[in-house]
Amino acid sequence: MLDFIARRLVAIIPVLTVVAVFVFLMLRLTPGDPAAVIAGDNATSDQIADIREKLGLNEPIWTQFAIWIGNVLQGNFGESFFFKKTVAELIAQRVEPTLALATCTLLFAVSVSVPIGVLAAYRQGSLFDRLVMAFAVMGFSVPGFVIGYCLIYIFAIELGWLPVQGYTRIGVNFGAFLERMVLPSLTLSVGFIALISRITRASVLEVLNEDYIRTARAKGLSNRVVLMRHALRNAAVPILTVIGLGIAILIGGAVVTESVFGLPGLGRLTVEAVLSRDFPTIQTVILMFSVVYVVINLLIDISYTIFDPRIRY
Amino acid sequence: MKTMRRSFAALAAGAIMAAGLAAGPSPALAQGKVLKFVQNGNLTILDPIWTTAYVTRNHGYLVYDTLFAMDENNAIKPQMVDKYEVSPDKTVWTFTLRDGLEWHDGKPVTAEDCIASIQRWGKRDTMGLKLMDFVKEFKAVDGKTFQLVLKEPYGLVLDSLGKPSSNVPFMMPKAVAETDAFKQIDSQVGSGPFIYQKNESKPGERHVYLKNSKYKPRAEAPSGLAGGKVAKVDRVEIIEMPDVQQQVNALITGEIDLIEQPPHDLLPILKADKNVALENWNPLGQVFVIRFNWLVKPFDNPKVRLAALHAMRQEDYLKATIGDPEYYKVCPAAFICGTPNASDKTNGMLIKPDFEKSKALLKEAGYDGTPIVLMQSTTLPVLTNTAPVTKSLLEQGGFKVDMQSMDWQTLVTRRTKKDPANQGGWNVFHTFSVSADALNPISNAYFAANGDKAWFGWPTDPEMEKLRDSYARETDPAKAKALAEAIQLRAMETGQFGWLGQWYGPGARRANVTGWLKAPVPVMWNIEKK
Repeated sequence: MLDFIARRLVAIIPVLTVVAVFVFLMLRLTPGDPAAVIAGDNATSDQIADIREKLGLNEPIWTQFAIWIGNVLQGNFGESFFFKKTVAELIAQRVEPTLALATCTLLFAVSVSVPIGVLAAYRQGSLFDRLVMAFAVMGFSVPGFVIGYCLIYIFAIELGWLPVQGYTRIGVNFGAFLERMVLPSLTLSVGFIALISRITRASVLEVLNEDYIRTARAKGLSNRVVLMRHALRNAAVPILTVIGLGIAILIGGAVVTESVFGLPGLGRLTVEAVLSRDFPTIQTVILMFSVVYVVINLLIDISYTIFDPRIRY
Repeated sequence: MKTMRRSFAALAAGAIMAAGLAAGPSPALAQGKVLKFVQNGNLTILDPIWTTAYVTRNHGYLVYDTLFAMDENNAIKPQMVDKYEVSPDKTVWTFTLRDGLEWHDGKPVTAEDCIASIQRWGKRDTMGLKLMDFVKEFKAVDGKTFQLVLKEPYGLVLDSLGKPSSNVPFMMPKAVAETDAFKQIDSQVGSGPFIYQKNESKPGERHVYLKNSKYKPRAEAPSGLAGGKVAKVDRVEIIEMPDVQQQVNALITGEIDLIEQPPHDLLPILKADKNVALENWNPLGQVFVIRFNWLVKPFDNPKVRLAALHAMRQEDYLKATIGDPEYYKVCPAAFICGTPNASDKTNGMLIKPDFEKSKALLKEAGYDGTPIVLMQSTTLPVLTNTAPVTKSLLEQGGFKVDMQSMDWQTLVTRRTKKDPANQGGWNVFHTFSVSADALNPISNAYFAANGDKAWFGWPTDPEMEKLRDSYARETDPAKAKALAEAIQLRAMETGQFGWLGQWYGPGARRANVTGWLKAPVPVMWNIEKK
């Protein structure tokens, strides 16, 4: 197992190298000059050229890359072109809202989607099953921001139960934190619930036709025990795989959800950085997302062994 | 099943209520009257001399004070200055500061601070640079008196020091003002009516300002940016909220108090809400502009530029972008209708198109039908529809147009390129300016015609520069007005650029928020929250 973890951790290096080169080149090849953005609307060409020089953007592209990657290897992610802060500081400031949103979404989505997926499989063809499948199709099809606006209209504007937007840090006021997490988490959960419930239903349906389920029923076990102990556990591996892959959806969704709900997280930072061509920030945030994605999927792989003892690394 | 449904509903409602109860009043609300304001864009740069961004200018007006300021009648009035005098030969200006002016750290504001601040501003701002061309030296006479000694009389000394919009000559402590003008300042110590709270502010989330209880406002009533700056709330929070629909939702539910300028298509929603009021805080409004690239074909030919201007009609742009006539004005004056330099002479251009004239001029110029590259910004909503109007009008005038859509940041990068249009350069693009920046031929950067040093498009016209210099030297208002008119007409003779109409973007406020002053900048003093 330790060998497997070590091998997977080492495998992160080429992944991150490819991501780093790709992101760096893409940013330099797409149109947009941070110096022109920084200089503002009334700046002259000379002023823009001066800023380019100061930011080191006149250096050859490979020199810029070598300087950046050298700094990253020393733990220095550079300074934001715009915020006058180091990128590490910026990320530290913005990580809490994103982490909170992702955690709330994941907890809510898994706790809703797995039971309804199992129940839909158990009652295949019933009205409940059809409703779950219809919800799954809708959840995939409707963009997150539309769901967000609908929830805001109902719960914030019409009913006045929840705030429209904003974020309160968990350490400042836990109640206000929860209040402001409800709508963004619900919004981001919809697509995730659709995905997981559908996969859960399909996996459990497949398992329910296995001989050992028939044996369990023949032994007189209750439906609950058959479903939870025998069916769900054996269906867990594909479900976990989808949850791992869904982290990418979560990261992409956070960008939109944070912008709609005014959450000052990494998703919004990414949008702001892209719009202002803040190269050091974009590069670091994308690298960080890549690390998170790879590590979470490693954890998912490890967790397979808990649900299926036949899996050995 | 029914019981299960009820339990779930009760659980959900309970959780939401519990969250609501636990939330209680926020610490900010407990501290007194808090004004929550949403601007058009994020405040990322805090140095109002280093950048021309309007959000940074607004921040500057909270934290810093100015020597002079423009009142609601567009007249320049003393602000930090108590009294000033001019020598008979108009070359020595002596300024004396008001008593009791203090920086936020408690130190007194001195003449040396003001000199350093003007000098730093004079290295960045268009009017500042022009003023510095005429300055021989600055002299600190005593702690609160200084002299500005000119090489020759200059007609825009007060207009420069009271410049209302970016870059505003804000006063800073000498140590801060001595920062290289091309580097951002680190300190936010000013002498204005609010104090920036660096520890509480989080870029991308909110910026916090507390009332400066030691600030000594002028005795006069507030008027525009001039007069007594009395802070009537304890705390101002600039909330960073990128989604305009959410800004409107938050204002309707009372989570915020003011929106700087909601988009025109959302104004009907705000008008319909009885708890919200619209406020046209900037009576001068904004103005659309079209720029031609003088360096590359075909707009290197004045006849082609004039052909384009003969195809323009302001009202088409205003209808397509603003829509509601309540919020726009067809205005032939480059220096803004209703202001001292306004003139309605445009040689018949901009108001009513003459497509036949346009075609005739193109024929005379030998235009070969090569499509011109028109850059369209798709991310600044107010500009998005300007380019399609231009495309339509120019095509009616005999041009072939290649409209290329891009985000604003790509456009601002591409407009710096001087290459031919088919090699990554450009021919035409649109922008807009706050009218307060366009009131005279010096502050209005679009009139500069000094080639490489001019604004994008790089017009070269020695005659225009001569006229602008004459305007800058002129101290008689009547003669200055005549020169401004000559400058406007000269721009129409050479087809330097086009001004495409004035428009207004009202702000929105909660009904319990009053006292929003009419000025070119959204200012937070004088605002009360009941």
